[in-house]
Amino acid sequence: MSTLLEVDGVSVSFDGFRAINNLSIQIGEPELRAVIGPNGAGKTTFMDIITGKTKPDSGRVTWGDRNISLLGMSESEIAMEGIGRKFQKPTVFEDQTVRENLAMALRNPRGPFAVLFYKKTLEGAARIEEIAEEIGLSDSLTRKSGELSHGQKQWLEIGMLLAQDPRLLLVDEPAAGMTTAERELTTDLLKRAAKTRAVVVVEHDMEFVRRLDCKVTVLHEGSVLAEGSLDHVTADKTVIDVYLGRA
Amino acid sequence: MKNSFLIRNPSTLWFLLALSLFTIGVTILSEAGLGIMSTSFVKTLGKTLCLCLIAVAMDVVWGYCGILSLGHFAFFGIGGYAVGMWLMYARTEGIVLEGFAAQTIPPTAQEITDAIGNQIFGVVGSSEFPMIWAFSDSLFMQLMLVVLVPGLLALLFGWLAFRSRVTGVYLSILTQAMTLALALYLFQNDSGLRGNNGLSGLQNIPGYENTPQSTISLAFFYASALAVALGYVLFAWITSGKMGSVIKAIRDNESRVRFLGYHVESYKLFVFTITAVVAAIAGALYYPQAGIINPAEIAPIASIYLAVWVAIGGRGRLYGAVIGAAFVSLLSSWFTGGGAPAIPLGFYTIQWTDWWLVLLGLSFVAVTLYAPKGIGGLFDYLVRKPS
Repeated sequence: MSTLLEVDGVSVSFDGFRAINNLSIQIGEPELRAVIGPNGAGKTTFMDIITGKTKPDSGRVTWGDRNISLLGMSESEIAMEGIGRKFQKPTVFEDQTVRENLAMALRNPRGPFAVLFYKKTLEGAARIEEIAEEIGLSDSLTRKSGELSHGQKQWLEIGMLLAQDPRLLLVDEPAAGMTTAERELTTDLLKRAAKTRAVVVVEHDMEFVRRLDCKVTVLHEGSVLAEGSLDHVTADKTVIDVYLGRA
Repeated sequence: MKNSFLIRNPSTLWFLLALSLFTIGVTILSEAGLGIMSTSFVKTLGKTLCLCLIAVAMDVVWGYCGILSLGHFAFFGIGGYAVGMWLMYARTEGIVLEGFAAQTIPPTAQEITDAIGNQIFGVVGSSEFPMIWAFSDSLFMQLMLVVLVPGLLALLFGWLAFRSRVTGVYLSILTQAMTLALALYLFQNDSGLRGNNGLSGLQNIPGYENTPQSTISLAFFYASALAVALGYVLFAWITSGKMGSVIKAIRDNESRVRFLGYHVESYKLFVFTITAVVAAIAGALYYPQAGIINPAEIAPIASIYLAVWVAIGGRGRLYGAVIGAAFVSLLSSWFTGGGAPAIPLGFYTIQWTDWWLVLLGLSFVAVTLYAPKGIGGLFDYLVRKPS
């Protein structure tokens, strides 16, 4: 396992409030990592920084084998580097079919003219079928994604991430609003994805994290409070005080 | 490829069929055929087709890509001015040369230029040709400018605006400011385009002085119909397939598209610029049929009307834009042109020239609230979509 992403000493403030405070995290490849923490711990801001949505005040974010800096790159450039993101609220393009959603995410040239003259390929169609199979939406390819259930939308969004074929997947609360059965499928999906790439899951739900069975990073007030197996961190005195004790 | 695209988009085929039937119908009714339809009405229909074309462009930029541009009539106007400059120059040149023909001493080139300048710019107290008229003697160059000037303006404006991530209502205000600034500039006498007089006599096509207007109007009608057909197919192609997917996705959730790795600004710039160019071509065909162009045509209200047409016709479907533009602009000329009878209520008489705008405003509000799909939405009842 080699280091894929290194966040080093990153801080960011919003109107004087320190959302992220000297945060350092390393993600390997392949790896499945869960990031937990109470509300306002900076979990979403952490993802915003990696994906280029928020610019940090200080610190470094280095990526890949050549250790390039992600700071100063635009969201689309970072996405093309191989970082995919799933948002907390499922955001699929509801007006378009499942197939169109997946086709848009497929790893292909992204320039306007390349897209304008894009022709469907057999490989592309096969890849879409394959992903649809993986996320359990094979029968729904021609349906408008707005018609899908909440859980199916979450899966479609994960499917879109897989279609991008990223090296790092950032997944924000994938299990929110899911039934128990749906959660199990989601866990399996993420575990399978993490065999070949890095997957970082931000989650509130401890049961879900337990099922992921992976290394856990606990965030608190914008920095790392504890890191290790779930049993290790839940036994940690400070973690119990700031997080679990309040639950 | 072309065939398969048309087959996959049957609404485009239906539209082209309807447009062909309409063109044939007008030809039969016009003075070239049965003579039932007046030449001025043929011109009105030709102009309406040009408005349909800019409405289709507006639908792509707003209905598909979600950029509510309230400045596309600026591009329409620039197209009109660019072609108008040649029309005016060439026609004035003809008249001037005719005047000199009676003289025994042949005029010098300078005398001819001065005489043309006097004729064109006398009205604003000048006789010098401004810089921007440098190519006005060349039809080819002016036609190039029809495409180049609005294209470059849209590219520059769009680049500045989209790069700074100006979106939503702020972008709409910026585009309004752009068209207002252009109109105010053109209103000045020293703008080089005859101030508020604008360019006139554009219906007289140089070289065709002896051709009756009935023939010229029909020729422009055909050209407009052809332009609508080509523009429609172009935009139907752009808005279908993967490109259509991406621009609709940008409309619905721009930042999500960014995280998919698409450079949203390039797409917006592409759509903004290509629609601006098509708007300019529509303008270049419109003003020779209207006969006159002045800066009032570019006033912000024109671009707002454009948005109203598209909203009433149905956003996000190209034929909706065509229906909206044709229906509302023809209805507008019927009401404001005295076609609608005044309604005497005893204590008050409803004059439609005054009340038409109220009616239009109410319809706009009603469509927005109760029928967001517009008139084009009625077609959904006719065609059941395959699920």
